[in-house]
Amino acid sequence: MEGLLTGLDTFLIAPFRDMASLPDFLLQVVWEGFVSGILYALIALGFVLIYKASAVFNFAQGIMVVFSALVLVSLFDLGVPAWLALIITIGVMGLLALTIERVVLRKLVNQHEAILLMATIGLTLVLKGAGQLVFGGEPKSMITEELGLSTGSTDWEVFGGFVIFQHIDIAAAVIAIIMVAALALFFSRTRIGRALRAVADDHQAALSVGISLNQIWAIVWFASGIVALVTGIMWGARSDVSFALEIIALKALAVLILGGFTSVPGAIVGGLIVGIGEKLFEVYWGPMFGGGVEAWFAYVLALIFLLFRPQGMFGERHIERV
Amino acid sequence: MNIKKLGAIAVALATFGVGMPVAQAEDTLFIPSLTYRTGPFAGGGIPFADGFADYFNMLNERDGGIGGAKVVVEECETAYNTQKGVECYEATKGKGALVYNPLSTGITLALIPKAPVDEIPVFSMGYGLSAAAIGEKFPWTFVYPTTYWNQLSSILKYIDANGGVKDKKIGFIYLDVGYGKEPLPLLENLSESMGFEVAKYPVGVKEMQNQSAQWLNVRKDRPDWMIMWGWGAMNPTAVKEAAKIRYPLDRFIGNWWAGSHNDLNSVGKSGKGYLAANFSGIGQEYPAVQDIITHVVDKGNSKVASKDDVGNVLYNRGMYNAVVLAEAIMVAQAKTGTKSITGADMRYGLENINLDDARLKELGLEGFTGALKGSCADHEGAGSVFLQQWTGDDWEKVSDLIEPMNDVVRPLLEEAADKYVSDKPDFKGQACG
Repeated sequence: MEGLLTGLDTFLIAPFRDMASLPDFLLQVVWEGFVSGILYALIALGFVLIYKASAVFNFAQGIMVVFSALVLVSLFDLGVPAWLALIITIGVMGLLALTIERVVLRKLVNQHEAILLMATIGLTLVLKGAGQLVFGGEPKSMITEELGLSTGSTDWEVFGGFVIFQHIDIAAAVIAIIMVAALALFFSRTRIGRALRAVADDHQAALSVGISLNQIWAIVWFASGIVALVTGIMWGARSDVSFALEIIALKALAVLILGGFTSVPGAIVGGLIVGIGEKLFEVYWGPMFGGGVEAWFAYVLALIFLLFRPQGMFGERHIERV
Repeated sequence: MNIKKLGAIAVALATFGVGMPVAQAEDTLFIPSLTYRTGPFAGGGIPFADGFADYFNMLNERDGGIGGAKVVVEECETAYNTQKGVECYEATKGKGALVYNPLSTGITLALIPKAPVDEIPVFSMGYGLSAAAIGEKFPWTFVYPTTYWNQLSSILKYIDANGGVKDKKIGFIYLDVGYGKEPLPLLENLSESMGFEVAKYPVGVKEMQNQSAQWLNVRKDRPDWMIMWGWGAMNPTAVKEAAKIRYPLDRFIGNWWAGSHNDLNSVGKSGKGYLAANFSGIGQEYPAVQDIITHVVDKGNSKVASKDDVGNVLYNRGMYNAVVLAEAIMVAQAKTGTKSITGADMRYGLENINLDDARLKELGLEGFTGALKGSCADHEGAGSVFLQQWTGDDWEKVSDLIEPMNDVVRPLLEEAADKYVSDKPDFKGQACG
């Protein structure tokens, strides 16, 4: 009985006691989780954009993050000014979107979702191989300062302690918020945005009123490429730009299951839940499991959602009548 | 495909000898190089593979090979994946492979049981299974110039000499795979005998570039020193996160796979003060390195992206790997009296290697590393490590060679070796006089 009480205290009470005893540290943990969550949300957003418009689960989103970041830093290494390298990279992502639409997707219209998924796996291998051939496998430094992003930090003295805010993390949060707002406006206020929603709702109905499926697909792949570029810049600034960045995209799978594959707000909320949740769990409960819980926390959370709400928090519930 | 075409292909294969063992030729020495120029760990794999290949190319160009036999280095891409590594092994062993350098603890562990069966030695230079230092139990595996366990003991000696370890808290952040976990048994053992507390921070491969939670725990636990067993993208991320929480970087020590130029170049000034272990020299000033530049790099026969990369930490480490093998080949050739040797001869060469200071000077590597002498019982060489510090844009050697705690570590290695073979009745050892 005593052992059970001790166990309950360790697992259910002690972590909250720790949070209350060092509130500044708790704030720091929540902030770090918020920033990670925003970055997960950015990756998930890339998936959502494409899935909404074409029901394609874009397995290549992770490698697009790496590819866009490598194009940017490699152009800079070649002597291209940072602002121009950024513009050219956006152009390259646009060209990539057009190529994917023309060479891969157009040939696979009306094919089963699994075939489209396999096509994006193939695309991943092509981009990975081409990227390693062109840029090499060695890690590169992100041109953070050259892009006008500050690398310093600011302390906030609070609760008798302090919270450190990295400027790059603040920038990541601000840019992500602007991007989400811009995408929301794009979807709701522009003609193309409305067409995109129409395609997402019903392909055939959209085609019958003259909406070009090919044009919409090229646009969403381009938007997804821009999201990948922003993600690559932010993650690259936290570490370096290498093919290891691709692995982080796997975390977005859990975010998508939580938020739903077709919901932009779902990607944001799902990202924040995973980001903040995993940091709190790693810091306050992790030591009970020997640490390293961050590696599985998001997936366990996703599994629970799959059991009880498979469409995610904001996803559409599909009812198939037999 | 009709019978005629099949027949034509069969004749062509027979005529041109496709699939025939490469090293059947009298005057070649075939060395497979298990590399990873792609994947998440390519940043470490590329410079190592370059240094390894360039040294043998230099010997071929400058000396006509080793003992008159040209060295053939064949790279096989593993992407640091154990399964691919084993596939590389199986694909190349029939070509007359003299030795395998897996450059991965995971691949090494998979190849150790194969080595005595195929009679091809495994040389895991400064990585792999620490217990393989015990030559009686592992006749076909070599871990020169030192093991992870002895490296850890040298790092702890450094800490002890700089404020002591007793009653201190040592944080250990590690890649949560076989490589990162390898020194944990020793760390736990020494924490009891030396009286320090250990705080462990595992980092999953998927979390290499997302370590803020681990470093928040470091901020909470406040360890007196941090030791890192990292690789690839984990290393720059860890140093950046340490700087971010303002952990004193001159109390943060990486192992020899967490202290290369590739790790710290992207960190730059913010990584100033970070320490790392090393056992191979840094820079281009060594005559052997100059010979590589003259005979290989300047002739455009190297894969290095830039001439400046020659002499970097991992380039020189790969080169040193090749130096040890070249020396072992010479020992084997002297014993057999022939240019062409077998895997078994190579094993003899590795076991009887003697790279003392005079020999290192002859090779153009004076002061590059500590002396290395193998024996039947000692497949480790009991080598020492030194510490280097990141100045903000380069590495600087900041300590003399630190001898490991052999008296403490050797019995533990013997115990671990006994344990490894205890449930493998067919694993053949050897008796050393």
